Amino acid sequence: MTEDIDDKSKRRFLIAATTVVGAVGVGFTAVPFVASLRPSARTQAAGAPVEVDISKLELGQRLIVEWRGKPVWVVRRTEKSLADLPSLEVKLRDPNSDVTDQQPTYAKNETRSIKPEYLVVIGICTHLGCSPSYVKEDDSHDLGSDWKGGFFCPCHGSFFDLAGRVYRSVPAPTNLVVPPHTYISDTRIVVGIDHRQGVA
Amino acid sequence: MSKILITGLEWIDVRYPLSKMWNEHLAQYYAPKNFNVWYYFGSLALLVLVLQIVTGVFLATNYKPDSTMAFASVEYIMRDVDYGWLLRYLHSSGSSFFFIIVYLHMFRALMYGSYRKPRELLWIIGVFIYLCLMAESFFGYLLPWGQMSFWGAQVIISLFGAIPYIGEELAVWVRGDFVIGDATLNRFFVYHVALMPMILLALAVVHIIALHEVGSNNPDGIEIKKNKDPATGIPFDGIPFHPYYTVKDIVGVSVFLFIFCVVVFYAPEFGGYFLEKNNFFPADPMTTPEHIEPLWYFTPFYAILRAVPDKFLGVVAMGASIIVLFFLPWLDRSPVKSIRYKGWIFKFALFLFVISFFGLGYLGMQPPTPMKTLFAQIFSTIYFAFFLLMPWYSSIDKTKPVPERVTD
Repeated sequence: MTEDIDDKSKRRFLIAATTVVGAVGVGFTAVPFVASLRPSARTQAAGAPVEVDISKLELGQRLIVEWRGKPVWVVRRTEKSLADLPSLEVKLRDPNSDVTDQQPTYAKNETRSIKPEYLVVIGICTHLGCSPSYVKEDDSHDLGSDWKGGFFCPCHGSFFDLAGRVYRSVPAPTNLVVPPHTYISDTRIVVGIDHRQGVA
Repeated sequence: MSKILITGLEWIDVRYPLSKMWNEHLAQYYAPKNFNVWYYFGSLALLVLVLQIVTGVFLATNYKPDSTMAFASVEYIMRDVDYGWLLRYLHSSGSSFFFIIVYLHMFRALMYGSYRKPRELLWIIGVFIYLCLMAESFFGYLLPWGQMSFWGAQVIISLFGAIPYIGEELAVWVRGDFVIGDATLNRFFVYHVALMPMILLALAVVHIIALHEVGSNNPDGIEIKKNKDPATGIPFDGIPFHPYYTVKDIVGVSVFLFIFCVVVFYAPEFGGYFLEKNNFFPADPMTTPEHIEPLWYFTPFYAILRAVPDKFLGVVAMGASIIVLFFLPWLDRSPVKSIRYKGWIFKFALFLFVISFFGLGYLGMQPPTPMKTLFAQIFSTIYFAFFLLMPWYSSIDKTKPVPERVTD
């Protein structure tokens, strides 16, 4: 090393160039490590569609099936609870399902479903991922006398109505997610396949 | 015999600075002579770190990080492995005691101003250790694969989802799956037994090197290096760490082990605080327990999260409550370090801070009600005010004169 040379710009250039090339190398090397932590091909393939038989579902009853490791609820709603839905709109944050990520387009309607009678939603609270409880209108509960039935998350106290729509002033920011689903017959639903379209 | 030892030591010293390190860190490391009981917790933290590593290694020999086998393998350790129950209870109680010790160690620093110049970096390294300890404990809590393991991890990882734009993708990347599953358990096991312990050990070494560079603070907050014997260069108020404080620390270790063993042998679940009741049920992704709460050492921050009625801002507030600790060395503008010479304003502020920390810890364990949420909001405000108003109240506080030499 000669310290008495006047012009060190060449040395500075070489140091800078080496640093930049090294940093780019480290960046590219990091890619396989970071990518290996993503869901593997097998994990992604495990998201296969699930067929649900709803022929034995009674009025007001809820069926839970597992799809992609998450609970998917199928709720058969009564005439009365369907009639109650519009009256709740003033209390809801997103009554018209305007947040597009929360449901497929064919479920962006008043009942958030393909057939009004059957609600299909992912039973995971949109706040921090707990699974809410199903509280019917005539169950014993302390959710107030004007409770029309719906879902209550015990973790942080969020409420959803029987269309999975979130109430105002609760921690959950959005409605429950309606998964892609379709009917292959009157009594059989497939979760994971879009209605009148191919596999999701 | 002793001649062989001396020759052996000389042989090593030529090749490795063994005697030099012994002297620098023990026999000729001069610590203030006025340490009190609050100064036990540093060495106790080191003891518990070793305890956790040793028991953890032995537990890992029988544990299976597989979502179909994990829960059963923990029960197998408890019932069929010789002394497996003891290893597990030492490890599970050890984690709670680790946090008790670290909280007391941090409170000591708050009282005596151990974060002040020239110990800012020492404090910052300590906060990093605390953060790593939280991560280590969070990863470890998933391993028994009980209901609280599963849903606790579900809630905490969902916090990433609150980050705008990249949040959901990030949460999937952390889990390695769209939900908590086998991939998550497998990687958390590796983080818990390999990655985090390595970082923790390295940080503990760096913490001690930094401490021995600047020298220990003391209950008077006086720099003993300012008063050295001109002949020897040794501080008048310093005594060699070994044998004085090594012997003193053995007393602390004895008392600690006594209390620790009482818990391990007579109350290992500690009424559901050290091992939660719901965690004796296997993880069920389809049903959330009626009431979920983190382990006690996270509840103050969990209460801050819940106190904010907005998902993203709640996460921000919780993160800020820990990040603010990094800035403490520059928030305190008092001319003195130790609480002994600070005025009533600081003492009152610290008192309120402790009350609200315990209050938040309690509220974080309770199901939310409007009244409790209001209290959580008040306590959260005090928590942040303690730090953010410190530049103001610490500079107007009336302090007492600090003596030249440490008091006895």
